[in-house]
Amino acid sequence: MYLGKVIGRVVSTVKDASLEGRKLLLIRRLPQGPSVVAVDAVGAGAGETVYVCRGREAAFAFKPQEVPTEASVVAIVDTIEREL
Amino acid sequence: MIIARVVGNVVATQKDASHEGKKILLIQPLDLENQPMGDAIVALDAVDAGVGDRVLAVQEGFSAMTSVGHLESPIDAAVIGVVDLVEFA
Repeated sequence: MYLGKVIGRVVSTVKDASLEGRKLLLIRRLPQGPSVVAVDAVGAGAGETVYVCRGREAAFAFKPQEVPTEASVVAIVDTIEREL
Repeated sequence: MIIARVVGNVVATQKDASHEGKKILLIQPLDLENQPMGDAIVALDAVDAGVGDRVLAVQEGFSAMTSVGHLESPIDAAVIGVVDLVEFA
């Protein structure tokens, strides 16, 4: 997984049926990585720090439904206790 | 697998159920000189590692899920060992 910040939303009308009702979030990888579109699994919103699961595993956030995603927001980060 | 340093703890209240009760670690991948390499990764802890530890981590779903005992969960990285020593041939 990796840390990211929610910087926007993607609206799509024509999309895979299993994505209906799902929030597509635009995430910027922290600290200054590229942007990625991830399917929201936890109700995250703009400006929040989150972490994103990538790959085949990302779809397990929505089981038993099979959602065609390679990136899912699986947690909203409250705090990071970081050293170094 | 990669060698990384545990650099932080991530606290999240709202998260996938499979991550509950697990320590969520921020780990920094290291190169062979123990220098930071690339961006930090969020990984679930399978071995009770702590900040400052040099650890062995997996970045692939099946191994990560197996190590924390949650199959079919959105987990793509886990800390599966604490490194005592790396010996070069």
